[in-house]
Amino acid sequence: MKDTARHISIHHGNGGVRMKALIDDIFLHAFDNDFLNNQSDSAILPVTGKNIAFTTDSFVVDPLFFPGGNIGKLAVCGTLNDLAVSGARPIYLSAGFIIEEGFNIRTLERIVHSMAKEAAVSGVKIVTGDTKVVNSGKCDKIFINTSGIGLIDDMHLSIGSGIRVKSGDKILLNGPPGEHGMAIMQTRGIFNFKSNLKSDCVSLSPLIKRMLKASGRMGFLRDATRGGIATVLNEIAGKCNVGLEVDETCIPVNTDVRVMCELLGFDPLYIANEGKVIAVVDDSDADDVLKVMHKMKTGKNAAIIGEVTSDHKGKTVLKTSAGGKRILDELVGDQLPRIC
Amino acid sequence: MKSGGLHFIDEFRDKDVVKKISREIKKISRKRISIMEVCGGHTMAIHKNGLMDFLPDNVTLLSGPGCPVCVSSQRFIDHSIAIGMSQDVILTTYGDLVRVPGSVYSLEKVKGKGVEVRVVYSVLEALETAKKNKKKKIVFLGIGFETTAPASAAAIIQAEKQGIGNFFLLSAHKIMPPALEKLARGETQIDGFIAPGHVSAITGYGIYHKLTGLYSRAVVISGFEPVDILQSILMLVKQIELKRFKVENEYTRVVRPEGNLMARTLMNRVFKTDNAEWRGLGWVPESGLEVSDEFSMFDATLYFNVNVPDNESPKDCICGEILTGKKKPSDCKLFSGVCTPVNPVGACMVSSEGSCAIFYKYKP
Amino acid sequence: MCLGVPALVIRVEGAEAIVRLGNVEYKASLLLLDNVEKGDYILLHAGFAIEKIDHFEAGETIRLFKEISDLENE
Repeated sequence: MKDTARHISIHHGNGGVRMKALIDDIFLHAFDNDFLNNQSDSAILPVTGKNIAFTTDSFVVDPLFFPGGNIGKLAVCGTLNDLAVSGARPIYLSAGFIIEEGFNIRTLERIVHSMAKEAAVSGVKIVTGDTKVVNSGKCDKIFINTSGIGLIDDMHLSIGSGIRVKSGDKILLNGPPGEHGMAIMQTRGIFNFKSNLKSDCVSLSPLIKRMLKASGRMGFLRDATRGGIATVLNEIAGKCNVGLEVDETCIPVNTDVRVMCELLGFDPLYIANEGKVIAVVDDSDADDVLKVMHKMKTGKNAAIIGEVTSDHKGKTVLKTSAGGKRILDELVGDQLPRIC
Repeated sequence: MKSGGLHFIDEFRDKDVVKKISREIKKISRKRISIMEVCGGHTMAIHKNGLMDFLPDNVTLLSGPGCPVCVSSQRFIDHSIAIGMSQDVILTTYGDLVRVPGSVYSLEKVKGKGVEVRVVYSVLEALETAKKNKKKKIVFLGIGFETTAPASAAAIIQAEKQGIGNFFLLSAHKIMPPALEKLARGETQIDGFIAPGHVSAITGYGIYHKLTGLYSRAVVISGFEPVDILQSILMLVKQIELKRFKVENEYTRVVRPEGNLMARTLMNRVFKTDNAEWRGLGWVPESGLEVSDEFSMFDATLYFNVNVPDNESPKDCICGEILTGKKKPSDCKLFSGVCTPVNPVGACMVSSEGSCAIFYKYKP
Repeated sequence: MCLGVPALVIRVEGAEAIVRLGNVEYKASLLLLDNVEKGDYILLHAGFAIEKIDHFEAGETIRLFKEISDLENE
């Protein structure tokens, strides 16, 4: 029976008929695959003898919809990206929803369709899930958790650890930093600025696949989310015990992000992203990797922004556009709450 | 200009020009001198761009008390919080103030304890908030010098015109000249001042005449881009080497000799001067701005009857001496151990324009 | 708080001006500055236009910098 309710009620979460109708009409309809349609307690997945990457993430972004995406798209891309930067090919996702009583069902449908679309684009199936409904006020509209499984070839196993990173390697970035955080800020309507800023929320899996092919010895990959690219650079320096030298003039710039940051005193290097990856690549491969990145939309503004050195280990030094140098330190304090 | 270029900004960041000016400074500068910049924006720009690298060893740059957050007393934060705890109050503030520690809490910390705090970019947003929330009392925390004081004044005049009775100002606004003169009379060697560009846009050159005349110091009004600052230092070095002190203006594209009369008129109408407490400088006569009698109905100090206990500054915190250039952040016992950007003790560490925060973040 | 940025006035609406910097637009208050016209560059600070940017002076300042480089090359 088709439930004609417009809003989620607490009954949608009680395991009964209405919940079943919700699951059928919204989730199964959108995610539609054999594993999920089976509706068993666990999805039984055939996986050949490879290394499995497994990750999870929860999404509580506010506002739910913003230029360039929504919480659903974010939930899928975020987890896919975590798998991709580990060198894995994503194959399956789970999706758990915690929904506040009173939530508009058409809005839920929009979010879920967005997730289905992103998953399809990346060739990934959402094979299992869960739905809970809580009383009004017990969560803010909707929270989503996604977990993901991917497969990693042996040759890519070390990417997550960065064990191959060495002095002379080049640091690559696929585009201008700060777009997601500033788009969120702009949508929240604080500070009254108008711009065409869009979140860079996207699945990086296709881009990373090509990058891995072009460089057989990828040293390290990480997607920059909260804390911005500065945080990732510091992570690399710390984890791999190397020094990094970055040239500010080589970092791609989104003018709108730059303007908003100039006005409000933010540094784009610390602002959140949802579609940016930093790669550490062997010097001899750097140009080839850059070439393949330029051929894709998500990498068209890619650049070599610096290199790895054995000086000032554990620290990232930024050569500023004025010619001087300063340390790019770790982020202290949250500039923008609940941006992912 | 490469893509992402901004007019009137990029031309003043040219690294070749920076190098050239730097060479010129090194050529001319002989004496061992100290130059003080008194504006948080300058402190920030110098360190963000690594400009210290371009100066010869005999030129020392001191960071003065120009960060409005740094000079806001602990008491001001405590007072704001006490007001915020009153019924139906929404505190509105510029972003940087939220992490400044009071004697116990910062505004950020009390947010979770039932005090409503909203960050705004413009004081007019606070006024809008008052219009939209007629049942609440909106209190704007007025910090800053002669650049932001006119803005607060404009907001109060609008509040009066539009009959917005639920808007209040808690003023910690201050004016520069008395503090600069106190510094000139002090013990620290200060041969010249990099004068704050945006304060000067409002005030004009007049406020610095005592510094050059009576106190024989060099003064150059400076813009905020790397080229501006280095050029201003060059001009200061020239004055000091030649012992010819006058008020010079590097920031001519924005600062006029007469300043902005319209802004000053509003400021003088809405505010009257009073003695004020500066963190570090102590009490400086006639340096604070208080809401004048004509607009007393918007004065938060009069409207809200709250108890603000007297509290001592944290032991071993030498923000005061750092703000007056007497000591460096590295001289402080608490620096980087107890007092860090994550757990700041004094305002110098909290404000992104504070000497200690910048020292911690940018010093290689 | 010292953050002042040059922005181009694209429209004046009473006591406000729509200003643009890059592709970002903002409604700046003109309560502290009069005689502002479309095409002017103003300094935007904490939501207010606090001064006009003098094109000629900006050019002069840049020319001054170039003079230093000429002196250098002599």
